[in-house]
Order: sequence, then C-alpha cells, then structure tokens
Amino acid sequence: MNLKLKAGLACVALALASAGAVAQDKAAAKKAPAKAAAKAEAKGSGEQFFPVLVYRTGPYAPNGVPFANGYVDYLKLVNARDGGINGVKITFEECETGYATDRGVECYERLKGKGPTGATVFQPLSTGITFALTDKSFSDHIPLITAGYGRADSVDGTVFGWNFPLGGTYWDAADMLVQHVGKKEGGVDKLKGKKIALVYHDSPYGKEPIALLQERAKMHGYQLLLLPVTHPGVEQKATWLQIRQNRPDYVFLWGWGVMNSTSVKEAIATGYPREKMYGVWWSGAEPDVLPAGEGAKGYNALVFLAPAGQGAVHKDIIRHVYDKGQGTGKKEDIGEVLYNRGLVSAMMGVEAVKRAQIRYGRKPLKGEQVRWGLENLAIDEGAIKRLGLNGFMTPISTSCVEHAGGHRGGIHIWDGKKWNVQKDVYEADQSILKPMIRASAQKYAQEKKLTIRDCAKESQ
Amino acid sequence: MLYRENGQFKSTYAADLQMLPILQDRLFMFGLIAFAFLVVPFAASDYLFLSILIPFLILTVAAIGLNLLVGYCGQISIGHAAFMAVGAYAAYNLWLRVPWMNFLVVLVLAGFCAAAAGMIFGIPSLRIKGLYLAVATLAAQFFSDWVFARVKWFTDYAHSGSVSTAPIDLFGWTIDTPTDKYLFLLAVLIVFTILAKNLTRGHLGRAWMATRDMDVAAEVIGIRPVYAKLTAFAISAFYCGVAGALWGFMYLGAWEPLAFNLTLSLNLLFMIIIGGMGSILGSYFGAAFIVALPIILNQVPQWFGIPISTATASHLEFMIFGALIVLFLILEPHGIARLWAVGKEKLRLWPFPH
Amino acid sequence: MKRHVPVLVLAAVLLAGLFAPLVLKLSAPGFWTEVLLGGLMAGVLYSLVALGFVLIFKASGVFNFAQGAMVLFAALAVARLSERMPLWVAILLAVAIMVALAWLVERLVLRPLVNQEGVALLMATLGVTYFLDGFGQTVWGSDIYSIDLGIAREPVMVLEKVFEGGILINRDDVAAAVVAIILVGLLALFFQKTATGRALRAVADDHQAAMSIGIPLNRIWVIVWSVAGIVAIVAGVIWGGKLGVQFSISLVALKALPVVILGGFTSIPGAILGGLIIGVGEKMAEVFLGPPLVQMFDLAGGGIENWFAYMLALLFLLVRPEGLFGEKHIDRV
Repeated sequence: MNLKLKAGLACVALALASAGAVAQDKAAAKKAPAKAAAKAEAKGSGEQFFPVLVYRTGPYAPNGVPFANGYVDYLKLVNARDGGINGVKITFEECETGYATDRGVECYERLKGKGPTGATVFQPLSTGITFALTDKSFSDHIPLITAGYGRADSVDGTVFGWNFPLGGTYWDAADMLVQHVGKKEGGVDKLKGKKIALVYHDSPYGKEPIALLQERAKMHGYQLLLLPVTHPGVEQKATWLQIRQNRPDYVFLWGWGVMNSTSVKEAIATGYPREKMYGVWWSGAEPDVLPAGEGAKGYNALVFLAPAGQGAVHKDIIRHVYDKGQGTGKKEDIGEVLYNRGLVSAMMGVEAVKRAQIRYGRKPLKGEQVRWGLENLAIDEGAIKRLGLNGFMTPISTSCVEHAGGHRGGIHIWDGKKWNVQKDVYEADQSILKPMIRASAQKYAQEKKLTIRDCAKESQ
Repeated sequence: MLYRENGQFKSTYAADLQMLPILQDRLFMFGLIAFAFLVVPFAASDYLFLSILIPFLILTVAAIGLNLLVGYCGQISIGHAAFMAVGAYAAYNLWLRVPWMNFLVVLVLAGFCAAAAGMIFGIPSLRIKGLYLAVATLAAQFFSDWVFARVKWFTDYAHSGSVSTAPIDLFGWTIDTPTDKYLFLLAVLIVFTILAKNLTRGHLGRAWMATRDMDVAAEVIGIRPVYAKLTAFAISAFYCGVAGALWGFMYLGAWEPLAFNLTLSLNLLFMIIIGGMGSILGSYFGAAFIVALPIILNQVPQWFGIPISTATASHLEFMIFGALIVLFLILEPHGIARLWAVGKEKLRLWPFPH
Repeated sequence: MKRHVPVLVLAAVLLAGLFAPLVLKLSAPGFWTEVLLGGLMAGVLYSLVALGFVLIFKASGVFNFAQGAMVLFAALAVARLSERMPLWVAILLAVAIMVALAWLVERLVLRPLVNQEGVALLMATLGVTYFLDGFGQTVWGSDIYSIDLGIAREPVMVLEKVFEGGILINRDDVAAAVVAIILVGLLALFFQKTATGRALRAVADDHQAAMSIGIPLNRIWVIVWSVAGIVAIVAGVIWGGKLGVQFSISLVALKALPVVILGGFTSIPGAILGGLIIGVGEKMAEVFLGPPLVQMFDLAGGGIENWFAYMLALLFLLVRPEGLFGEKHIDRV
C-alpha cells in the first residue's frame, strides 16, 4: 500500500476516533448544553466571568471530577434559581490543568482577561499551581481562593494580599489532627514518646504540614516519621513495610488522587489498623475508600466545612439544574464529600461578589473589587441557613489581616458505606500558628521584595 | 528564479566560510531578526508572549542542546530535563546566595554546573550504546527528581520544597514585563544559536558526526571517543542548563522539583525528532511545533463551536498528539527541517517547473 | 571465566549489601524476610510488564515504549467489561480487543516505518503511548476501577513459631507469582514446541533469513504484538486487582525499563531474573538504605527506590553492556 493511501487511512482513523469521542460527548452534552450557551454569553455585558480550573484527566481525576462538578453545579444553580448574582449573570469556562503547574499557569493566562471585567477569582485546587499563581497575583490583581489548601502562610493578608485560604490551611489541619490524637490518648502531654508517621504526597501539597508537625513534636515530645510517596503514588509497598517496621501509633495520610486509595489498600495488605489512620481533608472522600472495599472500614479523616450528605441546597440543585437536564455529573454523586466541597468553594466566591456588590454596585466587578468582598466576608449562621447550607458550612469572617476567616474542622469515620461525622469539633491553635505564619510571610516578603500592606490605612 | 546564487562570487576565505553564503538567505535572516526585535514587541499580545513566544524561545535553546547530543553525536538521551533542573537550581542558588553577581554570569555558571552533571551522567555512554544508553539516561532524570526534592540546601530549606524568584535586574534594566523577557530571551537565543552552528561546523562537530555515523571507525581514524562523547554531553548539558535556568526564572517564576520531570524530557526528544535531528533549524521548528500544538488542540474545538467537555478535549489532545507524532515519523522521518530544505530546493527553480 | 569476573564481583558486592541488615542485626530476621518477599513479589509484577517489552523487541526489533499504555488499556478493558459480564468473559473479550489493537498497530505504525532506525521506532511507540492513553480514557473513563479477582486482601501470617510475630504474606501476591510462573511456562512451551513459536524465534534471529525461507513477516509481527497484548492483559489484571485500574498504571511501566536493560532486551529469563533483582534491590534499598542516608545527609525523606532501580541496572550495564543475558552487539565497521 503506498504512502499516500496509508496517510489517508491514518487520517480517516483519526477522524473516526475524534468523531467517536465527540459523539460520546454530544450524548453527554445533551444533558449539558449550557456550556456552549455560557460561552456565547461571555461576550455580552452584565456578566461576571468565573474561570474554573479543573482536572478531569490524569492520576488526580478521581478526586478532581467530583469537586469540579460541585463547583460548576453551584454556579449553574445561582443562574437558574436566582438569575445570577443580584441580576449579574455568571458565565464560566472550564480549563483542564491535569494538576500540572505549567498547564495551570497557561490556563490562568488564557482566562484572566475573559469576560467584561476579567476573571473574578481563581480556585486552582492545587497547591503547586497556587504557588505559581501567587507570584502573578501581585501584578494581575486577581484574587485566589484556596479554601483548605495553598500556602499555609497566606493567612497573613498583609503580605499575601490576594490569597484567601478560606476555612483553614494545612497547618490548621495538622494542628487539628494532633489535637484529636492527643485527645484520644487522654491529653496532648500523653503524646510523649509516641510515634506519628506522616505518609505524604511528594509535592508542595504534601510537604506543607511538616513544619507544623515538627513544631508540635518539639512541644509534645512525639516522634515524627516522614515517609514521602512519589507522584502518582501507586508504589507504596516499601513505605508501608517501613511503617510495619517502625510500628507508629498513628499514621497521618496527606495524599491526593490515586495515592489515597493505594495507601488504604497497602495498609490493609500490611495489616496496619485503619482506625489509627487519619487522613487530611483531601484524603477523606469516597474515591479514596471505595476502591479498597470492605477493609477500609474504620478509616478516619478530617471534615472541612462540608461533610457528605444532602441538604436544602442539594434539593435546589436537583430541582433547578438536574431536572432541567443541565447537571454536570451523575445525579447519584450529588452530596459526596468532594462534591460538597466544590459547591461550598463556589459559594464562597459568589458570596464575595455579592458582598463586593454592596460597596461597588450591582454590576460586573473587577478583581480588586472582589478582593474587597473577600476581605469583608461575614458568612454567619443566619447566612448559612438562608443559602440552604445548614450543616454544610461553618461561619467565615475575614479581614484584611486574617484571610482564612475560620480554622475549624471535624472528624468523620468511614463505616464501609458512608462517612459518619463525629461530635468533636476542633479549632486550630492560633497561638502556635500565628507566630509561624508571621515568620514565614515575612520571609516571603523579604525574598520577593514586597511592600507589606498597611491594613489600617487601606480601610479608610 | 529569485533564489539563486548567480553572480555571488566569494573572493575571500572568510566570505566563503560564512554561515549564510547566499545573499537571499542573509537578507531573509536579517529581515526576520529585525522583525522579531522591532515589530513583534509592539504587535503581540501578552498572552502570545507568555504562553507561546517565551516558552518557544527557551525550549529552542534546550532543543538545540539535545540536538547536539542526539542529532550530531548520535547518543540518545531521554533524561535531559535533569540537566535543565540542575541549571535551574544552580542559577537559583547562585542568585540567592551571591546576590551581587550579574545574571549573565549566573546563567553561564549554572550552565557549567549542568555541564559537569552532563559529563558525569555521560560516562556510561563510553561503555553502553544505543537503546540501552537511552534507558540508562533515565537514571539521570529520576536521580535529579529525587536530589532536588530531598537535599534541602538546594531549595534553601523551604518547607514546601518550592522555590520562587524575583524579576531579574540586568545592568539597570528590570526584566519583568513579558516584552522585556521576550527581548532578553531572543538575544540569548541568537547568541546560543550562532555558537551551536559554529561548533557543528568546526572540528568538534565533525568529531561528533563521525562518532554518530560509525563510532568504531571514528576511533580507528583517531577521534578519541571519550573526547567526542563527553564533550557532546557536556556542551549539550550546558545548553540545557542555561535553558533550565531561563525556564525557571523567566517563564515559571516559581517551581517545584516536578517541574522538570520526564514529560519535559520526552517533549525535548519529540522536538528534535519532529523538527529534524542533526539540524539547528530543526530545533526551532520542533520547539515551535511542540509549544503551539497543545494550545491549538485545546482551542480548535471551540473555534468550530463544538461543545465538548474539558476531559474529552484533554484526551483528544493526547490522542491527536500521539497520532501526529506517528504520522510525522511515517511521512517525514527526517523532520520539518528536511521539508524546509526540500522547499528551498524547489524554490531555486521556481517559478520554472524544472 | 575472565569475562565473568566483573559481574561476579558486582554480584558479590550486592549480595553483601543484601545480607548486611541481617548480619548487622539492624532488623529482625522476620521483617527482613518480609521485605525480601515483598521485593520478590514486586519483581514478579515488573517482570510481567518487562516480558511484553522483550517479546516485541525479540521479534521485531522495536522497543515498545507503549507497553505501559497497553497494560493500562487492557486493564481498563477488563475492569469496565467485567462490570457487565462475568470476569472470564471480560478477559476473553479483552484478548480479542488486544489482538485487534495489535493488528492496527502493525498495519498503521510498524509497516510504514519498517527499516527506520531504532530511535524513530521508539518515538513512534511513544506516539502510540500518548494515543492509547487518551483513547483508553475516552472510551473507558478516568476514574479508579477495580478488578475483583476474588482473592482476599487481608494478609496471612506464617511461620509464627520460627520468627517472632510471623511473616506477613499477601495472598494476591502469591497468586500473582503463581500466574507469572504459569505464564512463563506457557510462553516457553509456545516458543519451543509450536510451529509459530519456531517461526518467531527464526524472525528474532534474522529477519532477512526468515523471510527468505517463507515466513510471513507481517503476520509474525501481528502475532507477537498480540502475545505481548495478552501478556499485558495478565499484567494489567494483576496490577489492577492489586492497585486499582487508573491512568497512573501506565507510569508504573517505567519501572519495568530497568528490568529490561538489566536482563537484556532479547532474553525472557533475563526479564524474569532482572525483575527479581530490581524488585528486591529496590525494596531493600528503600527500607534499609534509605533511613541511614536520610540521617547522614539530613535529607527531606527517603524515596530512593525510583532512581535506585536505574542505578542498579546501570551498574550491571557497566560490567555487561548488553545486560545479563542480552546478545552481544556486533558492529560491522
């Protein structure tokens, strides 16, 4: 067969494959033609553009997909149920990052200028991408919401003027875990001589808690064993053999994507009791325990803002979005841990815009204006009830200096079928954290030659 | 008709040995450089600079480096992103710890560090050949991944393992806007291209090409394999080290060890295969192709107005990328540079048919 | 004998390192045995993937970088199909799919590129990798799927009286080892006793000579890629049953590369032995060499197994440039 015919065959095969993929997607798109409509709307005025950085492919897709679905569903809900944010319609566009920093930066550059006033807020769902975008935020003036991830020192708003780790950071999470195991032992002083192993993803995400855990180890006298797991995290046999050798009293899991379920499976294979395993809030969702089957029973994880389950807002989503065929994911997956977290993250962005509209008017707002809204967020119990998120949100109250607005979390335990939230609620100890945050933020400001904001002056 | 060297006689050796002996080539090249320096900075958008031109310029330097090793010297290396990482971290540490040093000196020293690493990891090439060497170079890749994540000194004891840089100040000119970066990188690239071209035209390049064609015969006629292979590794690692430093400082700004992973190594190899091995111009074409392709693949479905989810778009990107690689290899195994050369040959006759 | 001295010295050094933790009483003998067994099991898994590499290289001279993607594709096929039908039917269907894939690859990729140099073919298989990764995820999805082999995951403790605390053995690891042994046995039978096997060996020896005696080269390549596909299914089912089937399995195939270069590109026993050496070396180094290194150099954690495998293979290559059992490379000058 001559070359031209071969090339032609190859092109035909490729076209068929692409057509097949597109056809499959059209079938799915029948349920979600809103995306095309959203793109068409992006050209008009009276719109607030939300970029959505997602990863629906790659090793982190199992966790990225439910989060993205929750995020997008909430944005659709605000448009469908409320007609936008006080009349300003939301437009959004997804961009696939694959959890890779360079693609995240490329998505950011492409989307930051879209919409009549530019991108409203970025939520990269990746600590690595957050690090890269933080540098750009100082010149581009677009805020970053990194709810429950990102830089632990970005709580300090005087240095990190555009980062908002709403709800808590990794230092908060590590602190809460230490408090919880301390409580289990009968007091944090009883932790002396105990061994705590940190099995962490070998990336900025996994390394963030180490500083706090080392600080607490100095304070309470427990021995900290650090066990990094290389991306993507499917090779953990040696890690868990080391755990078997050292027999730590507790294992803290700081994984993401496939690493989480592999850790649980390897724990089963080496016989480490799952009741002694504690996952951070990004290692405690359904995709992390379901693949391990029955053996995952007893695994504990932190709850961040929203536990699993369905409430008033979910009923709204079903009624206004899914029943109209606009749902992003599968209806059965509504109410999963990560879905709810995506939902709540979108909610905080929308609430920030709402708050900023009080000062700047009901029109499309720029990044700086949204930042004002983020620095004056006051989501209290009443607001939570009104939004239909009762039981799925804790109060957040931010300021220019305090960009997290809340440092609370709980624990939930997997029973084989669902997560059971425990009664204990923990508040991260700010007396330990504040000096660490300050020191780290100052160091960053010095390295980057930044000017520290004067919050008193700015609020005038 | 237009592209002929009729009447262009050389009367000095210098004129005969110049890089672009044909006048039309010279005019075209100077026109292109003038365009790149004078027109593009004003015409291009920020997005074009940041997402296409700047990575293209940096990756061309790296591709030239890899081409020197693979295309000219014939030693396959799948781990070259490791040397980019060495260069980037070396530059970071020099910039951090010796703040008064001029950035150009930092770049060159970072390149030397990478060259040293290149020589060390090139030592197996004296014993191992072909595909075995290719896989052995992966050792460099994984080792560098590990070293920069573990040895805390390299990342200045940052608890997150991430390093971050500030805009560079060069002789009073602060390079922080995209246009500034573009101009700086363009200048660096042109200097490095001329260096590479002259290297390949000199005795070192001939030693490399002899080693590539038949290393035993080359040894027989007196070309020392140690000299040829290790200098190839060293110089190619130098180029990649400088490219890595520029990648970190000018493009990423802040990076973690995973920024220089196997995917980058494979992309470099794709660049020179598609662009054309053993050709400096091929490195340019390959880098442009690899930089532009994912962006085009991402945008094409939108241009046609077909609504597809980001997941499918990403998968399609992979599939089309893979298929294009295979297609290229089938249709033109010598790369785009060969197509360009064929085009120039046809241009000599145009507009006449023969 | 003189030729073998460097290899024997290297082997002696490595064996010394292997037994050092036991001799120096750095760890309990029971635990050392567990790590050894863990390494052997991991090695078996790597060997399964490496077998695919070796088969294809032996018969067609192509270094199939896409083996990892094939393992992933096969695992995805079995996992998703077994959601709707019994497991053995899913596996049979997967075999059919892999044979079809082999035919397509031979037609569209190998035939146009016949006679190209090794690098071009390597790059072509890289292209196939990207294509399969994307295609597999488009067709089957990117979530974590499981293959239920019906083997319990809880470990069993054996030899509790000899070693205190007993030695931990995973039943699915033992099953994997048994399957690998059966597979190698079947492959050996196939190559030695059947006509097609003989034809494959002839093609591996010398393409031109095989063609001249009438062996249809193209068909042989399809057969080889199909067999490699079946090996990929076995590897995929075992890996997938253990780790769950997701995109990241294709990255694990990178671990099989040191196995292939250590054992030699053209040797099946090399793949097995190389796998065992790499598996044991890796795990032993990670568990026993890692912590002392971390302390000595104040490193931020261990995780040396990634590059240790390659270093080990590299060391062996320096004393045996074609791998332990590979064919010596003869150059015409």
